[in-house]
Amino acid sequence: MSDSLSNKENFMRGVKAAMPIAVGYIPIAIAFGLLAKSVGVPSYVSALMSFLIYAGASQFIGVNLLVLGASWWEIIITTFILNLRHFLMTATIAQKLEAKATTKWRFLLAFGITDETFSVTSFQNETTLSRYYSFGLNTVAFASWNFGTWIGLFFADGFPDLLKSSMGIALYAMFIGLLVPQIKKYRPALIVSSLAVIINCLYSWLPVTGNLSSGWGIILATVVSAAIGAKFCALEETE
Amino acid sequence: MNLVYLVIAMALVTYIPRMLPMVLLQNVKLPAYVKAFMKLIPYAALGALIFPGALTSAGADHMGAAVMGCSLAILLAWFGTNLILVVAGGIAGSFIINLFF
Repeated sequence: MSDSLSNKENFMRGVKAAMPIAVGYIPIAIAFGLLAKSVGVPSYVSALMSFLIYAGASQFIGVNLLVLGASWWEIIITTFILNLRHFLMTATIAQKLEAKATTKWRFLLAFGITDETFSVTSFQNETTLSRYYSFGLNTVAFASWNFGTWIGLFFADGFPDLLKSSMGIALYAMFIGLLVPQIKKYRPALIVSSLAVIINCLYSWLPVTGNLSSGWGIILATVVSAAIGAKFCALEETE
Repeated sequence: MNLVYLVIAMALVTYIPRMLPMVLLQNVKLPAYVKAFMKLIPYAALGALIFPGALTSAGADHMGAAVMGCSLAILLAWFGTNLILVVAGGIAGSFIINLFF
């Protein structure tokens, strides 16, 4: 389908698909701006984080670790571990992206891969992915993340605490909104995601692993449950 | 000034895992098992990202607000509501609990 559309039409499809992401990102980015400002991180540093790092979980954890007085190495390694999951996601997108997406395009589009842009992109029904669609999606998501950060930094002092703490949920509500409809129509999605939840809970709550970085738990749960799921999926297809 | 270097280092370790597979895995044909594995990654990742992280998403001592927000989001998502409304519903659910408790 994407082949028959012009570049501009594909770009606009991407922009449209990014609207729910923008609505989810703005409150989370505002929350990030508020948090960073309230713990004394200079505003230009927080704004630069959203512009260059562009990864919600990493930015939140980076600021938290700064407050706790963690070493830079600790912050950098935690960020890296937390972002390893994007390695798997990007590998999937790389396979779906159309042949017209040259290496240059790929360097650019890779920057825009987040949990949300990835989920929206991979739940598309099309077999090949238009580079302009992806570009439109990434642009809107990136712009809304940065816009939200500025709002948060700018209005930090006037925000009531009540609203601040309620906005932390936005990120998770968006994950839920992406996952639940898939679970309803695709059985392996239910099995694999439940498995991942169980593994991650065991990891977080068992005394052996509970004190380690939560980034490892997410990676471990993702890889193990997808690996188990893939075994059964492959079986189903051969039967 | 110094914090800028930290931000740049964090940006690098964020960009590299995004970029390497995108550039290196362009024309590689993958076996069926690997394809199935990759297809299931998003569901697995979303599951692991949501839980148990969501429980502390409204602050460590506001678990009730988090549970309410998430339940409302699940309910809305189950009935096929638009993603924007799912997010708004989650925030609203959490806000209401915070307001009264």
